[in-house]
This record gives sequence, structure tokens and C-alpha cells, in this order.
Amino acid sequence: MNIIIAGDGKVGSLLTRQLSSEGYDVTVIDSNAQVLQSSVERYDVISVHGNCASMDVLLQAGVKDADLLIAATSQDEINLLCCTTAHSLNPKLHTIARIRNPEYTDQIYRMRDVFGLNMIINPEDQAASEIERLLKYPGFLRRDTFAKGRTEIVELRVDAGSKLCNVRLMDLKGIVGCQVLVCAVIRGGSSVAPKGDFTLREGDRIFVTALSQNLTTLLKNLGIITRRVHGVTLCGGGRISYYLAKRLQRAGLSVRILEKEQKHCEELCELLPDAEILHGDVSDQDMLSSEGFLRTDALVALTGLDELNMIVSLYAAAQGVPQVITKVSHTSNRSVLGSLSLGSVICPRELVCSNIVRYVRAMENQTGAAISVHSIADGQAEAMEFLVEEDTRFCGKPLKEIKLKPNVLLVSISHGPITEIANGDSCFDRGDTVIIVTNGRQVIRQFGDIFA
Amino acid sequence: MNYKMMGRFLAQILSIEGIFMIPALLISLYCGDTMAVTGFLQSMLIILALTLVLFLICRGAPSVFTAKAGLVCVGISWVVLSLVGALPFYISREIPSYVDCFFETVSGFTTTGASIVPAVEDLSKGILYWRSFSHWVGGMGVLVFLLAFTGSKGQGFTMHLLRAESPGPNVGKLVPKMRKTAGILYLIYIGLTVLDVLFLAVGGMPLFEAVCTAFGTAGTGGFGVKNDSLAGYSPYLQNVTTVFMALFGVNFSCYYLLLIRQWKSVALDEELRTYIGIILVSVALIAWNIRGLYGTLGETIRHAAFQVSSIITTTGFATTDFDLWPMFSKTILLCLMVVGACAGSTGGGLKIARVLLLLKGLRRNIRHMLQPRKVELIRNNGVTVDEEILGNTNAYLAAYVMIVVVIFLLLSLDGFSVATNLSATLATFNNIGPGLDIVGPTSNFSQFSDFSKLILSFSMLAGRLEIFPILVLFSKSTWKQC
Repeated sequence: MNIIIAGDGKVGSLLTRQLSSEGYDVTVIDSNAQVLQSSVERYDVISVHGNCASMDVLLQAGVKDADLLIAATSQDEINLLCCTTAHSLNPKLHTIARIRNPEYTDQIYRMRDVFGLNMIINPEDQAASEIERLLKYPGFLRRDTFAKGRTEIVELRVDAGSKLCNVRLMDLKGIVGCQVLVCAVIRGGSSVAPKGDFTLREGDRIFVTALSQNLTTLLKNLGIITRRVHGVTLCGGGRISYYLAKRLQRAGLSVRILEKEQKHCEELCELLPDAEILHGDVSDQDMLSSEGFLRTDALVALTGLDELNMIVSLYAAAQGVPQVITKVSHTSNRSVLGSLSLGSVICPRELVCSNIVRYVRAMENQTGAAISVHSIADGQAEAMEFLVEEDTRFCGKPLKEIKLKPNVLLVSISHGPITEIANGDSCFDRGDTVIIVTNGRQVIRQFGDIFA
Repeated sequence: MNYKMMGRFLAQILSIEGIFMIPALLISLYCGDTMAVTGFLQSMLIILALTLVLFLICRGAPSVFTAKAGLVCVGISWVVLSLVGALPFYISREIPSYVDCFFETVSGFTTTGASIVPAVEDLSKGILYWRSFSHWVGGMGVLVFLLAFTGSKGQGFTMHLLRAESPGPNVGKLVPKMRKTAGILYLIYIGLTVLDVLFLAVGGMPLFEAVCTAFGTAGTGGFGVKNDSLAGYSPYLQNVTTVFMALFGVNFSCYYLLLIRQWKSVALDEELRTYIGIILVSVALIAWNIRGLYGTLGETIRHAAFQVSSIITTTGFATTDFDLWPMFSKTILLCLMVVGACAGSTGGGLKIARVLLLLKGLRRNIRHMLQPRKVELIRNNGVTVDEEILGNTNAYLAAYVMIVVVIFLLLSLDGFSVATNLSATLATFNNIGPGLDIVGPTSNFSQFSDFSKLILSFSMLAGRLEIFPILVLFSKSTWKQC
């Protein structure tokens, strides 16, 4: 499949890396020759230098033979112009545009129709929705949803004194009281595919597959407090804060935003009449330690500086804020982040990237490719959802009799309305949806690839 | 540096070389040349052993590859390729001295065509085939072949390899995937070669000779299977070779553009136009200069065209002894040696793209002196050329001149004439083959000392890989651990 990526910025380069490593033919357009040069040297792609909204440049990038255009430049208007121009040159082209200006959010669906876009991405809004999901279940570092929301893979940290410490995975069921399956463990920065006799230790981060309806049971039995979040403090008054505040208020939570620019504060006040807006600098220790500031159910660090976000989160976690969420823009050093107690780490551009990759895979879906793909365990493992097709081997056979490739795990099976976490006796049949997790380097393109 | 990764590349290249020896082995078996058969079999066993050892040592290589590693990898690969490729000649005792074998193989892989074999017709068929085939692989590049058949997973480091092995100032991919790019290049290459064989066979050339001649033409190499190169063939066969040599001197991306029906950009390509222009003007000048040497005007033009096409594409076939031509014609040929073929072709030399850039840069400098306030950019085919590429081109010219001077100096130790030494240097460094005087088309390089042969081998490798991949092998900082 031929894909054009317009704009080689943060999102663009992440997409370039991901899509080119999945074997797609990627052409990158940018007006900065230096970024292009570094992309071409790092990834197996071709580049075109110029303004992506100009017809000449688009033609040069082979828009006539392209299947998908992703416009991710820093300007919404250019992205839109780029998509419409490209669409007029090639009516069969799928287009995805990044639109991030909050003033356009209300007209996003109209814009999608008018400009003939297939998808609009808004990194900040997506980050906000992800944070909202996390706030609903405090205790999980991360949640990925599969099978139309019936199965989830959640990330948990094994803290000191946790009930999970020194527990063998085969004994886990007795403790949590429901069907779960640990599909990946991060220990010391690298991901391990665990077996039944694997013993959990303090500091491990585990990825647990469970049915959505069992999440509350899971949390309760693990002794992780599930006090509902009522008040949330947001540090930094940027776009994510705005989107998040709106979402949280809709869900009936009280929101407090700390922002250092007086002007921004006033704007936020105008846009969010029900929120409590504080004027102050998060990097100011007095501000943080001031009376009652950290007396909140959850703190989300959303300033533009990664370092500041981390420091604020570390401080808040140390001061006993029950739930902490940290936004970071650069995730090149995930293993370092994982070793700090930053709570959940959210990276907007990674979210956007995985959403687009999911779309790309769905475009290819005719050939039995994955319905959805989530990268978990800091990108070291992948969870994929497949539909069992007519000609799939081993239909109706218990799993314990099927030999899978090393480092591949079949974690859940949905037959119609019933979803079960896989164990040795479960079997899949035509028309079922299955979720697999791969920890290895091997490429799984179709469900059939998982068999040894 | 990622030595394990380089070892893996080397192992893959060696195994490909071993596979390439199979046809030569079969030909030797068919002709019943026992010595040649043992030569190829033993070489293949040695390759197998080397490959296995390298694969074992280099398991689990991390896939990080820098530009420096790319350069070094290409340089080492070519040296090893030549060292190992020389084994069949040596083991079969058809060329007794190993230095001579090495020279002959380097000359083959670098598509030079300079030979130390006094009587080519005495060599057995299998060895002759291997000699010519080395031209064919060397022309497009062994690593490019490797890239075409072993895919890389979305990593961009393969770009470093392509850049180091493919000639030209500005190497780029044709399509996003490296594997497809290399595949397209090789398909065009194979297609044109097959076409050449067909045309030659139709003209009555025996199949074996047609294949070997086509290999020599395609790689713009110049090893023939006859003592008198192509002089003994019919005018039709000579004309076919003239045309095909010129075709293989064209940038291969032009053929790709033709395949995707971009006629206009091919027709307007500055380099292609210059290339055709230089050929036409040179043929006209030489034909005028050598009038009267041959019987008819047709014959004169045929010889002039053949020699011009052979020299500018750096092939090195000959239909007549141009060493006997007047000085003006010889000098034109000497200049064409330096200019060389188009970038991105199988030919050598400075490359027309570079000459164009240098001339444009020079023109701009002169204008700038006269009118210091004038801002001017250099364009190629209407697209602005990056200043960095201009700088690199100038640096390339400097390196080129300096290396030529050094080689020229070292060769003079053997005590031959200036014409011999200079033309030998230019003919090897630009991958042409025959030069003037002692190394003229009717004679060969066997009279040089072993030291000079090694110097000339270096010259050929440096010329084929465009200096830097070979030069970095001699740089101290390349081997420093850091």
C-alpha cells in the first residue's frame, strides 16, 4: 500500500517509523530538507521536499498511485488544503487530517463531510479521552479495549506490599477471584513473556487481560483502592486541559486548573465557567505545598515541559495523591520513565500514531489482517485482534493441543455475546474474535501466522 | 562500529559469489576442463567455509548501521570479493601469479577490463565466462544485488550502502522501498542485457561469445573473449555493441521514467542531453581527424563511433588500434576517459552529472567575481541543487585529482613512458581498460611490476566505488574504537 505522510514533525516521524517498518511504501513530504534527510537515513522511505498543499509537490510524491494521505503538519488549514487538493487529484485516495485547534472541534464532523476526509485526528482530544478513561478506574496505569469493549488489557504495577508480590502466575486466579491472564511483564525495562511458574516481584509492571465487567472485582481483590474520583487537579492550561476539563465536567467531576499565564487563565475562565482556575506556576514549590493544593483525588501533569511534568508527578505521588497521570511528548526513553513512579504515562502522539496504524490495518483488512492492533509493554509487545476465518486451521480444538509460535499468547476468545479469557481447554471457531499477544520480534500478519 | 552486521553482510555477499560461480562450473564441466573444474569447486568450498564461519561469529547482530559503517562495509566487501573471486584463476593455474589473478578479478568486478592475460583465447571457457560475468555483477553492484533479494525491515541504513556503491553525486531511491528500488534496477539491467544477447545472436555471433560480450557491454567492462577484442566481428555486431554500450552509459533512472511513461522528463534530462551531445560531437571530430585512415566514410564513422562509445562509457572494447590515430583523436579519447558516463549508470569516470555541476559552479563563481551582489542558485533539470552537494562534488574532484597524481607518481617507478603511465592511471581509475602506448588496445598490463599491479588494482577499486569507501579503509579514525 502506498502511503503519503505530509509533515515530518513529531507525529509524522513516528508514523513514518511505524508504517515503514510494517512494510508499507511510505513517501514523506516536508518543507524542511533537514528533517527529511534524517528520515530517509533512518527509515526505508522516500522523501519529497516542498509544500504539501501544492499540486506539483503532491504529484511528485505520487499522489495518483497513493492509497492513503496523512496530513500532519503543524497547521490545520494546510492539512485541510493538502487533503482536498490530493483528493481532487485522486478521488480514490483515503485522507486523514490532523485538526487540533479547539475552535474547530464543534465543526469537526461537518468538516469531515465537506472536505471529504476519512478521518480527523486530534492528538490533544485523544489524550484527553484516554486520561478520562484512566480516571474512571484509578489503579490501572493503562487500559486497552478490545472486542467491542468487552475485553481489556490493563497495566498494573506490582508495588511493595502488594498482594501480587512473590505470587506465581498459576496461583493468581485464587487471589483475584476472576478469570485473568497475564500476557506480558516488564521487568528491568524489557518485556518478558511469562509462563505459569513465573513469579511476580516488586517493581514489575504486568499487563493483565480481563473481561471489562470484572475490572472492579480485580481492583477490589487486589486491595487497590477504588474510591471514585471526585475532584481532579490539572497542572497546565493547554489544549489537553481544556478538552479534559470539558469531558470531566460532563461526567460530573469537579476540575481545578493551574496555569501560569494570566491571559490563558482568563481565556480558560471564559471557556470553562464551572472550573476552578488558579493562576500560578507549577514549578514553584510554595504553590505546590500550599494548603490544600494536593488534597485532590487525582493529579494530571499537562504542562508543555516533560521534565516539569515528571517532577510534579513525582512530588504528588510522594505526597500521597491517590492517582497521578503524567503527559510526556518525548517517549524515546520509556525504560527510564517506567522506573519512576510517575503513575500513568500518556503520550499524545503515540496515541494518535496507534490510532492511524489501526486505520491503515483496517484498510487492508480484506486479506485477514488484524482488526485492531495495540502496542503494549512500552512498544515491546503487541496485542492484536483477529477474526477467525473459514479456512483457519485447528478450529474447535482445545488450545492445549495446539502448538503456537514461541512468545505468542492467545489471550481471549469471543463467541458471539460470550467472551472468555483463554485457558488450555478453550477453543475457537469460525466467526469468533480472538486476541493474541506477541512478545517477540516475529511479524504476525494473519491469524494463521501464530501457529508453529 | 557494528562489526557483526558487517560480517553478516560479508557472509551474504560471499555466498552470493559462490552461487554465481555455479554457471561457470557447469560450463567447465561441459567442456571437460579438469583444472577449471577443480578451480571452481575448491573456490566454492573455501567460500562455503568462510561463509559458515562468518555466519557463526556474527549471530545476533544488532541492526544499527551508520553512514561510516556503510562506507567501510562496501569497501571491505569489494576487496574480499576480489580476493576470493581471484581463486578460480589461481587454483586452475590458468593465471600462475596470484597478484595477476587479483588484478584480473579487480579489473573484472570494477568493470575496468584491463587485462594481464596476453592471449585471451588460450583461457578455458569456464574461466572466460567467470571473467566476463564479474563485469556484469560489478556493473550494477553486488550490494545492490543483495539489497534486491534480501529485504530490510523498514530500516533506512540500506541507503548508506546504496549511496556508497552506486555512482553519482546525488543517489536516491526510485520508489519508497529499497528492495523494490534495487529490484527495478536489476530488472532493467537484466532486460537490457538479454536484449543485447539477442541482437548479437541474430547477427551470427556464437551464443557463448554473445553472452560474454553482452556481460562486458552491460557492465561497461571490456573483457573480450578474442585476442583482438571486437575487431574480428562483422560491422553489424560492432554497431550493435556501439549502441548498447551507449545505452548502458545512461542513468538507469531514465529507463525507469520511460517505464512509467514520463517521456517528457527523460527528453528534457540535462545529463542525458549532454551525454548524447558529447558523443555526437566527439564522433564528428574524430571522424574528421582520422579521415583517410580507413577505406570508406562509413567505416571511418563506424570506428570513430565505436571507440567514442567504448571510451565514454568506460567499457574499453576496441575495433581498431586507436593508439595509431593522430594525437588530436587520442587526446579527445583521453578527455572522454575522465568525463565518463552518466551518474547512476554502470559506467565509471567523473560522471557527466558531476562535470555539469562543476561547470555550473565555475560559471557562478566567475559571475560572482564580476558582480558580487548577484545571488544565484545552481539548478539541475530546473531543481535547485543543494549547496552541500556542490561542496561534495568539488571535494570529489579534489580527491580525484590528488589520487590520480599519486598513482601516476608511483607508476613512474617502473620506468615506462609518460603516455603509458598517465593513460594507465586514467584507464584504471576511470574503469576503462586499455590506455595508450604500452597499455594500448592491442597490448596489455602484464609488463608492469607486481607493485604497480597492486597500485593499479587500488586505482580501479577507488575509481569504481568513487574513492571514499576505499579511502576510509586507510583512515586511522575508521578503526578507532569509540
